[in-house]
Amino acid sequence: MRLATYAWLAFLLSVPLWMTDLYVLHVLIITGIFMIAAMSLNLLLGYTGQLSLGHVAFFGIGAYTSSLVSLGFEVHVLPNTMVSLAAKPVWLGMLCGIVMAGLCGWVIGRISFKVRGAYFVIVTVSFAEVIRLVALNWVELTQGPMALNNIPYLRLGVPGAFEISFLRKPANYYLVLVVGIVCYVLIRRLVQSRAGRAMIALRENEPLATSVGVDVTRFLVLATVVSAAMAGAAGAIYAHYVRIVDPDVFLFIYTVTMVIMVVTGGKGTLAGPIVGGVMFGLLPEILRAAQIKPEVQWVIYGVLMILVVYFLPQGIVPAVRNWWNGRQTASDPPARGRAAAEPAT
Amino acid sequence: MDQLLQHALNALILGGTYALLGIGLTLIFGIMRVVNFTHGELYAFGAYMMYMWVMVLGANFYLALPLAVLLGVVLGGIIEIVLLRRLRGADIDTTMLVMIGAWIAMQNSEQFVWSGVAKSIDTPFPSSPLVLGAVSVSWNRLFVFVVALALIAGSYAMINRTKLGKAMRATFQDRETAALMGVKIDTIHTATFAIGSGLAAAAGALLGPVFVVYPTMGDLASLKAFAIVILGGLGSIPGATIGGFILAFMEELGAGYVSSGYRDAMGFLLIIAILLIKPTGLFAQKERIG
Amino acid sequence: MTAVLTVTDLSIRFGGLLAVEAMSFEVRDGEVLSLIGPNGAGKTSAFNAITGYVEPAGGRIAYLGTSLIGRTPNAIAELGVVRTFQKTSVFTGLTVFDNVMIGLHLRSRQKPIAILLGLPSVAREERELEHAARQTLQVLGLEARAEQAASALPYGELRLLEVAVALAAKPKLLLLDEPVSGMNPAETASFMKMLARIRGLGITVLLVEHDMKMVMGVSDRVICLNQGRIIASGAPAEIQRNPEVIKAYLGERYVRAHG
Repeated sequence: MRLATYAWLAFLLSVPLWMTDLYVLHVLIITGIFMIAAMSLNLLLGYTGQLSLGHVAFFGIGAYTSSLVSLGFEVHVLPNTMVSLAAKPVWLGMLCGIVMAGLCGWVIGRISFKVRGAYFVIVTVSFAEVIRLVALNWVELTQGPMALNNIPYLRLGVPGAFEISFLRKPANYYLVLVVGIVCYVLIRRLVQSRAGRAMIALRENEPLATSVGVDVTRFLVLATVVSAAMAGAAGAIYAHYVRIVDPDVFLFIYTVTMVIMVVTGGKGTLAGPIVGGVMFGLLPEILRAAQIKPEVQWVIYGVLMILVVYFLPQGIVPAVRNWWNGRQTASDPPARGRAAAEPAT
Repeated sequence: MDQLLQHALNALILGGTYALLGIGLTLIFGIMRVVNFTHGELYAFGAYMMYMWVMVLGANFYLALPLAVLLGVVLGGIIEIVLLRRLRGADIDTTMLVMIGAWIAMQNSEQFVWSGVAKSIDTPFPSSPLVLGAVSVSWNRLFVFVVALALIAGSYAMINRTKLGKAMRATFQDRETAALMGVKIDTIHTATFAIGSGLAAAAGALLGPVFVVYPTMGDLASLKAFAIVILGGLGSIPGATIGGFILAFMEELGAGYVSSGYRDAMGFLLIIAILLIKPTGLFAQKERIG
Repeated sequence: MTAVLTVTDLSIRFGGLLAVEAMSFEVRDGEVLSLIGPNGAGKTSAFNAITGYVEPAGGRIAYLGTSLIGRTPNAIAELGVVRTFQKTSVFTGLTVFDNVMIGLHLRSRQKPIAILLGLPSVAREERELEHAARQTLQVLGLEARAEQAASALPYGELRLLEVAVALAAKPKLLLLDEPVSGMNPAETASFMKMLARIRGLGITVLLVEHDMKMVMGVSDRVICLNQGRIIASGAPAEIQRNPEVIKAYLGERYVRAHG
């Protein structure tokens, strides 16, 4: 199993070396960014069982915060008071984006404790819409529909010694790959630990979980913060890659895209969002090549999602896994460490 | 002061249609516990049906209206039977996801058929408004208001005076007992979804000629409907009615005195505020969170 | 004998209905105390109030001097008070082993930062937890079922799993809500033996049960409730003969208790 993983990694690392079609690289980069966002949503929707449909808000907040910090801004918060920030290096902007998104995640996490189920869905959707309307209307800060453009690209390095600039596609591909792997590892560590078990317990049977000491608020908030911060990171990378950000980044349709990726791939599994991400990153391209109009594409996605929910309710990854094992288990069990089994006494 | 009166009048008229949206959703959400993302699409469907009958097929405006509503009822029934029936008893995420899938499919079908260009619908009303002292109102909007009130009254009567309404109320209160007492839950669900969808379609059919018709018009409608339901309390028709008017007032006053750009945000801010302060809404008939 | 749990004047209201009225009793260190009474007598409501799932309308509940009222169920579990549920309650989608691992939640304190950084202490604690999980399964005789899905267990073992999960949380006071309901006599007998083992671990047990044979067989003391009030309390033999108790139960259960 390990060998397969390393082989995969080697393959992924090699792609920019032989893939000369820049458009394909672009598709891979965008797919990767969405995959990171989907992985983060999976933590909240899949593992913790929270119906959060405002995820795009965290993505967009990461994008806007990072862009604004790296561009610098000047706003009147009161008629005579101005707040301004000089342009900062992009990596600092990205960090701010992650922190800001995480902070909003904290707020949502705390709210989710009071408001559960269907009402929580509505709160999260509303939250994302409010943020979108703010981005659209607070023109002084965000340029509204005119968009923030000329967003600087990421530069990393030791001043004077060397510098890597993430202007071109291959560099961004590697950035997305590295960040993606880091996020995957972080999520895996989290869900395979006591914290992950607590989240799964809350999803499966909350009264039972609390009866053995699982603190509901603490783990809902933890899941939301990590999830939001990761989505914010994806947004920040996106902003400095396409280098133009407008309020459309907050459209509900992007949340839907992430949800589709997670659900069809398999919510509550580590591989699910990756499979879902690949499917729904590549599907638009395949359909576009077949000359199918975007509206029809979306109709297909909608129907596809309905079909998956009906026939493969746990998603593709568990379905394949069950077929492989010949047995019925749902999402990933909270896996254990590498301890050898004790001999029975 | 005149401005205020004008805003209030506009809000009153808008509130009527909002109330229709809210009543439809409170019935669906309350009785079936489905997070109905297609509600806004039925609203858009109603508007597009008006467009089709009046502008494309040249039918009489006053005939097209009930026809559009009827088609909305039928579509709602179809959605329930085809999509939701087999999900009876599934958890809320599953139905929600199916509704999202349906919403995407519906909206993009609409876009495909009608294209994204906004369409307007001709009305038989005189174009110059009726002036009442300091305020003025277009005949179209007046018509909308009257019809909306009639439909609200009709919904109220249906729920409280008919056998079907009684069965619906019973199912809302206690599903198991209602089933044990002979209420056919399947039929009630289909009827509820159909009626709720019909009301949304009515709102769309009424407002379509007032504004313009475009494929994404349902999105905001869905969310506002949820705001109204939460504001008024789940399952309460009076609550949804009053909630609809409150939302309309907040939007009008917000647009008039704060900024028109944030007008649509009013609904969402309202949702968030209500859910944080009093999650059961103003007139909740049953104390329940989620 | 010191009292570990003291319930004073407890009242619980549901809508207009008074489920429990001015109930006072205490649970003594190391004992097995059973609450009996007809359905609706308020037993599970009392459990719910003690463990924080329901807010009482009045009264006081103190565990080792600390008030339990107003605390969340997980905080109460941290104090050492753990309960099981009347309706079978396990994590059905997970394996037996993973169920118990969740029960062990309070036994480790890994911080999220340590987890995310993948520090070696995290892996070490995981191994310790897995060891503890296996031991708990052994106590209940479920180690053979460790890798099976909880949903695949036969009913009797499912109820044992519930107790395993609760035990994993290292309770000092264990509240069992009808643990043998639905079990056949053989399963009940082996459960009674296991209860003795639990006692041997120094755990105080508060039990709600209908099975009189079990109640009389394991309890140090019995309290009988009816319609939200305590109508009798004392040693099992006294309770069996108590006319109030017999009156409350009338018929079938009385016959069963006598063989």
